[in-house]
Amino acid sequence: VARDEETEDIQVEVEREETPREQPPARAKLHPNTCPVCKSHYREDELRAVLRVCTVCGHHFPVGAEERVEQLADAGSFRPLAEGLRSADPLAFTDLRPYTERLSEAEVATGLGDALIAGTATIAGMPCVLCTMDFTFMGGSMGSVVGEIFTRASDVAAERGIPLVSVTSSGGARMQENILALMQMAKTVCAVDLLQESGVPYISVLAHPTTGGVIASFAALGDFVVSEPGALLSFAGPRVVQETTRETLPADFGRAESSFEHGLIDAVVKRDDLKAKLGQILRLCAGGTLVPMEPNGEAAVPPPGIVARVLRFLRSSQHGDPHTNGGPA
Amino acid sequence: MNSRLPTPFRGLRRRLAERAAESDIWEAVELARHDSRPYTLDYADRLVDDWIELHGDRAGTDDHAIVSGVGSFRGRTIAIVGHQKGRDLKERAFRNFGMAQPQGYAKARRVFALADRLGFPVVTMIDTPGAYPGVEAEQGGQAAAIAQSMLAMTRLRVPTVACVIGEGGSGGALAIGVSDRVLMLEHAIYSVISPEGCATILWRDVNQRRKAAAAFKPTARFSYELGVVDTVVPEPSGGAHRDVDRAARLLGDAIGVALDSIEAEPVEQRRALRRAKFRRMGVWLEDGVLVGEKEHEHDPAALPAE
Repeated sequence: VARDEETEDIQVEVEREETPREQPPARAKLHPNTCPVCKSHYREDELRAVLRVCTVCGHHFPVGAEERVEQLADAGSFRPLAEGLRSADPLAFTDLRPYTERLSEAEVATGLGDALIAGTATIAGMPCVLCTMDFTFMGGSMGSVVGEIFTRASDVAAERGIPLVSVTSSGGARMQENILALMQMAKTVCAVDLLQESGVPYISVLAHPTTGGVIASFAALGDFVVSEPGALLSFAGPRVVQETTRETLPADFGRAESSFEHGLIDAVVKRDDLKAKLGQILRLCAGGTLVPMEPNGEAAVPPPGIVARVLRFLRSSQHGDPHTNGGPA
Repeated sequence: MNSRLPTPFRGLRRRLAERAAESDIWEAVELARHDSRPYTLDYADRLVDDWIELHGDRAGTDDHAIVSGVGSFRGRTIAIVGHQKGRDLKERAFRNFGMAQPQGYAKARRVFALADRLGFPVVTMIDTPGAYPGVEAEQGGQAAAIAQSMLAMTRLRVPTVACVIGEGGSGGALAIGVSDRVLMLEHAIYSVISPEGCATILWRDVNQRRKAAAAFKPTARFSYELGVVDTVVPEPSGGAHRDVDRAARLLGDAIGVALDSIEAEPVEQRRALRRAKFRRMGVWLEDGVLVGEKEHEHDPAALPAE
């Protein structure tokens, strides 16, 4: 195993030397299935099959909300929540085009009601509530609907005592809902507060890009925060920072790897490993006890986590000597 | 009346009305940013006795864009945490234009915790263009600092009142705004992004800032209509800077009323009530039905007279 990893590392270095990442890719002209880093092109079914990760250079292509669920949830386990929610236009907002027009266009383009979907699911056999974002729906921006769906998902997790997993990809709050969009930051933070008070774990997965009001609210508050490689994770966008400070930004400004170095996230996880990593964290959260699942995807012994921990505590305090507890047997 | 006008004039009238609304809203933006508008320390001076300013995050930094302290306010000790802008060039640089670094929000959290331990109600003063967008700020966890500051506010046991006194700019403002009651001065603004930022992104032209402001309506009255703000605090005519003492008295009265009403609520429910308040925010369609639009009882005390 160790030797495989070594060879892998060497290959990555070689790739980097051949295709320097600093070179700005002509993104606008590229086909969405063409790798912006190494220009490898994929058929849609090919790219889907490799989880939208370039097999040549490891570039992570964006993943839509529904496909993300397919990648992470066990087959057939996803039961959607809060499906009937759509954005209203409380400000009657029009910029170059009316907000309602942008909304309809996004609905048609993505087939989604808004930028976030949620549901109960199992990941590697472990029950959870899963929320995934879609960057193609108005830049994954958070308005009233995204805030409400996240809050409902989080409430279900708190109520049933099952962990919450969110996968974010968002430019931030939705300007077209102005102050109401800003308030979704407070609303989702309140939802996380209830989760924390209930002792329910929250795992936040940051995909490219997670910026602005989303990274500065619920996405930053995971008990575990992991990111995909290369994801932009800044509060302010690189252009805003450059214009304000007139500094030359480091090449890896705000990227997952830089955030990891600065202690802002727990791990950078490649997409190939993401499901296994989530399964691992969920098992750890359940106290190492695998909860047997019914075929319908519902936990047979609800809820894990708290109950398992309390039971173990009771057992250890009944039978064990508190002074030797946790020490060598 | 409109129907009697020939068709071309109807369009003209609409355009004139739009232009008028645009300039009204822009006037609010300019007043909120006025050079001589009172800042947090101006209010702290006038609102409390025995003021002691508290400094530093206890981890190596004192961010001057956030000021904090304790003082005696009408019979109780309160803690004040607020953004602080500077008045002249030198002070503006010292205060970093009221744009806090992550350490500033850590300072705020430290003072929140102190107030909670000692039972001092927390009053925050919001007046910032936004959190500082710098390389070091990002590397120091600006996003997480804002999120954690909000989270810290949601769980305080003491009563909390946030006052938007000038510019309520984005997450950097809301970081100290998750409170039991939200007050907003009549000529303050509160928005998810600056009009300039919005114009740059949506119009791709910063010169469309007036249009952007008119489209997203950052005014106190509109924030109240949307249920984001509980009370709009009147200002002396022409704006708070025309008579700072009177502005402070009016704000003090509103803070007093807010604290009294929060203190009347059961303390063990405070955290749940605060969560429920923000839980309600938003307007959306659910199975085609509009949800969340506030049917205001139009509390005459909550809005200043026109």
